[in-house]
Amino acid sequence: MKDQYRLIEFNLNGKDVACMVDCRASLTDMLRNDFRLTSVKKGCEVGECGACNVIIDGECFNSCIYLAVWVRGKHVRTLEGLMGPNGELSDIQQAFIDETAVQCGFCTPGFIMSAVEILETGKLYTRDELRKLLSGHLCRCTGYENILNAVEKTMKKRLGIVE
Amino acid sequence: MIVGKSVPRVDAFDKVTGRAKYTDDLCDRSALLIRVVRSTIAHGFVKSVDISEAMKVPGVVRIFTCFDVPDIPFPTAGHPWSVEEAHQDVADRLLLNRHVRYYGDDVAAVVAENEVACAQAARLVKVEYDPLPFVLDPIQAMQEGQPQLHEAYPHNILKHTSIRNGNFEEARKEEGLVCIDKWYTTPTVQHCHIENFICYAYEEAGKTVIVSSTQIPHIVRRTVGQALGIPWGSVRIIKPYIGGGFGNKQDTLYEPLCGWICRQLGGRLVKIDIPREDTFISNRVRHAIKFHIISYVRKDGTYVARKLEMFSDQGAYASHGHSIAAKGMGAFPQMYPCPNVECDAYTVYTNKSVSGAMRGYGIPQAMFAFESHTDDVCKALGLDPVAYRRSHIMPVGYKDGFSKNENYYDTFNQCMDKAIEYMDYYARREEFKNQTGPIRKGIGLSCFWYNTGVWPISLEHSSCRMVLNQDGTIQLQVGETEIGQGADTAYAQMAAEVIGLRDYTDVHVVSSQDTDVTPFGLGAYASRQTYMCGFSITQTGQILKKKILEYAQELTRMPAYELDIVEGNIVRATDERVLMPLGDLATEAFYSLTHSVHITAESTYQIKTNAYSFGCCIAEVEVDVPLCRAEVKKIINVHDCGRLINPALAEAQVEGGMSMGIGYALSEQLIYDEKTGRGLNNNLLDYKLSTTLDHPHLEAQFVENPEPTNPFGTKALGEPPATPVAPAIRNAILNATGVAVDDLPMNPKVLFRRFTEEGLIHDPWREEK
Repeated sequence: MKDQYRLIEFNLNGKDVACMVDCRASLTDMLRNDFRLTSVKKGCEVGECGACNVIIDGECFNSCIYLAVWVRGKHVRTLEGLMGPNGELSDIQQAFIDETAVQCGFCTPGFIMSAVEILETGKLYTRDELRKLLSGHLCRCTGYENILNAVEKTMKKRLGIVE
Repeated sequence: MIVGKSVPRVDAFDKVTGRAKYTDDLCDRSALLIRVVRSTIAHGFVKSVDISEAMKVPGVVRIFTCFDVPDIPFPTAGHPWSVEEAHQDVADRLLLNRHVRYYGDDVAAVVAENEVACAQAARLVKVEYDPLPFVLDPIQAMQEGQPQLHEAYPHNILKHTSIRNGNFEEARKEEGLVCIDKWYTTPTVQHCHIENFICYAYEEAGKTVIVSSTQIPHIVRRTVGQALGIPWGSVRIIKPYIGGGFGNKQDTLYEPLCGWICRQLGGRLVKIDIPREDTFISNRVRHAIKFHIISYVRKDGTYVARKLEMFSDQGAYASHGHSIAAKGMGAFPQMYPCPNVECDAYTVYTNKSVSGAMRGYGIPQAMFAFESHTDDVCKALGLDPVAYRRSHIMPVGYKDGFSKNENYYDTFNQCMDKAIEYMDYYARREEFKNQTGPIRKGIGLSCFWYNTGVWPISLEHSSCRMVLNQDGTIQLQVGETEIGQGADTAYAQMAAEVIGLRDYTDVHVVSSQDTDVTPFGLGAYASRQTYMCGFSITQTGQILKKKILEYAQELTRMPAYELDIVEGNIVRATDERVLMPLGDLATEAFYSLTHSVHITAESTYQIKTNAYSFGCCIAEVEVDVPLCRAEVKKIINVHDCGRLINPALAEAQVEGGMSMGIGYALSEQLIYDEKTGRGLNNNLLDYKLSTTLDHPHLEAQFVENPEPTNPFGTKALGEPPATPVAPAIRNAILNATGVAVDDLPMNPKVLFRRFTEEGLIHDPWREEK
C-alpha cells in the first residue's frame, strides 16, 4: 500500500496544491474525487469523447488518460478556474450562453477548455480549421453548430474583428 | 410576449460554469461500487457461478449472482402503466439472469470499495454455462426450429399487428399498374448520450432512495417497486441534471439492481456507473428493422394497392417492444393515403442487445424505408420527386381515424418551398443531370410525419405546481423532465406568460424531479413535454392568478374580475392602471396579521388530443464513386412544430437531430460477431459518431402554423429532426449516381457493394473468382 501513493504538488487553477494520490489514478479521478472539481466529466474514460478535457501547462489533454502523478510541478486549469475573482464569466463562457451552445451540458466543460486553448493562441482560424481543432470532442445534442459559432465569435471578438 | 422569444436557457449559467450537478457529482465518495459481470455467450443457461477467487480481492464486499435474486420478472419500458392487464408492458427479465439471452447479459454483480477491486473481481468470477444455439436475425428467428428466447413467445414473435384497408389482392389486378417491390434495412444504433447511465441508492426514513440519470423518474419508481416486490411508495427516485438521454434513459436500466443491492447491504450507499463499452451493449439500442414494401402504382403515380411488411429486431428482452414497429407502421397508410393497404409488423426476439426507445421511436426507420420508396417510385415512373410529393402526400384536411389528428394546413408544401428555395433545388437538380466521372453530386428530399405524445394509445397528462414567493416570483414544478432539450426554459416562458410576470426569470423552475416532492408526471418521451405542459401550466397558472387577484381585491378595493396581472403588477383591467407590484401583494399575503395565506396552485390536466408535426429535409451530397464515399455538402431541415416557444432553442434542437440523422445515414452501426453474438465496436472510437468534421453547416428553418389543440399553438419538435435526414441523403445519392442504396448506414462498405452490383466500379476480387 505504501508504494501505491505519492505526494504530488502542482498548481491548480492558479493555486499551489498538494495531494496524496494513488499512482494508478487518472487525473480525472483526482480532480473529481480529491478536489471535487466536477466540471471534469467522465464520458468514456479512454480518451474518445473529450468531456474530461483540462489544460496542462497551456495544452489541452484528456485527463482520463493522463495519470494524476504526471501533473507534478505543472499548472492545471479546469472550467472552475475560468471565472473572474468577482464571479464574472469569461467571454467564452458567456458566448456559450449567448449562442445557445449548451444543451445537456455534459460535453460543455471539455469543449470550453479546448476553446480556451484555441483562443489563447491569439490566432485567427478559419471555420474549417476550428472544426478540426474541436474534432476531439463528441456532442450528441447540438450538432456542433452553435459551439462552433460561440468559439468563432469569441475568437473574432478577441482579435478585434467586427462582423 | 415572453413566449416566442429566444431567451437564454435557465440552466445555461450553471452548465458553463460546471456548477450543474449530474448524478455522479452528487454521490458521496463513500459509496460502494457495483460492477456487473456479463455473460460471455449469446444464449444459454448459467450452470454455476464460482465467486471464491473473486472474493479474495482486497476491497470486495459482496458478490451477488443470478442464483440470489428474487424470481420476479419485471417490465422496463418507460410507458405509463396500464391498469388493464392486456396493455401492460411485458415483464420478461430478472435483476440478474440465469437464462442468458445475449452476449453481455447480466449474470452477477460485484460490490467493492473501489473501481480497481470491482474490475479485478469481475474478471475472477467464474461462470459455467450450458450454451444453447443463438439467433441474431429477426426473420431467421421466426422460422421453425430456431432457438427460443422466451417460452411464452413461440417463434420468438413478441407481437404481430396488422392493418387492412380495402382489398390489396383485388386492387392490384387493375390493368396497367407498375409494381415496385423493394426491401429496405436499417441498422442497430445507440443513443450515445455523453453521460453514461449511472445511478446510486441508499436507504433513508425507511425508503429506498435512488438518484438516477433518467428521463422518467416517476415511471422508474413504479418499475423498481415491481422488480423488488415492494410498495411503490417505499421507493423514491431523484433525477438531477442528466447528460442526454435520447430515449435510452426512457427505460428502467439498472435502478432496480442498484436498489436491490442497497437493500441487501442494509441500506448502504451503492453506486452503479456503467462504462461506455457496456452502455453500448447492455442499455438499449435502436430497433434494426427490415422493411418489405410492394406498391402498385398507376403511371401518374397514384397508389392503387400497397403492402408493407416490417421485421423489427427486439434483441433479448421486451423493453418498449412492439410499440416502435407499430408506430412506424402507423405512418405508412397516413403519409401517402391509398385505399388498399395491407401492413404487417412483427417484433421478434433475437440474441442481441435490447432495443428500446430512441429519438424518433420507429419513425427514422420508417421514413428511411417509406421516403426511399417514394423516390424509387418516382424513378420507376420518371416523375419529379418534389412534384410527386406535392400531389400525393397527405392532403390538407386529412384526418386520422384513430388519433383524430388532422392536417390543418398546407404544411408539407410550405416546408418544401422553404427548403427548395434555400437549396436552390431545381437549379441543382438540373446541374446534376447526366454526370459521369468519379465525383458526382446529387440532391435529395424527404418529408416526415410525427405524432406528439402517445394519446390515444396510452395515458397523457401533466401535473403542475406553482408556489408564490414573497417577492412575487414563483416556483414551478412539473413531472416532465429537463434532459438537455431546454424544457425548463420553455416552461418558465410559458408560466410567465400565463400569469403575467415581468420576465421568465421570475419563474424558478425546480429542475430536479424527486418522486416524493414533484407532482406526478410521465417524463421526457414522445416529444410530448412542451405540448403537454402547455396545458397544465396554463391551467395551473390560471388558478394561481385567480387566487392572487382574489387577494388583490382585499388590498385594492377593486373586484377581482376588474383586475389583471401585467408585467408583474396588479393592474386595473379597464385602463391598465398599475395598482401595486405583485411582490408587494405576495409579501402582504405571507405576513399579513389579518389574512395570511400562502398562495399556491396545483392541478392535473389530462390531455386527450394529439397533434401531427411535419417537415422535410433536403440534402446535397458529393459522392466519390471509386472511394465509395458520400459526403453531405449542404443540408436543411424545415419543421412545422406549430408556434415556437423559443426559436433559438428550437433551432439548436433541430441541428442536434440533423447531426444524429447524418450519423444514421452514413456511419453509425453497432456490429455483432456472427460466430459469437458479441458486440464488436462498442466504443466511441470504432462506433462512428459524427464529429465537427463530419457535417456541413446545418440549416434549420420553421413554418409556424399554430396547432389548434394546444394553448400555445405548439407541438412536437424533440424527435422529428432526426427522422427525415437519412432518406434525404439516400435520395441525394440516388440522384448523384442512379444507384438506390437501400441499407443503412451508407458507408463505404455498403456503397462498394452497391456500386459494384450496379457496374459503377469493378470489384477485382469478384472478377478473379
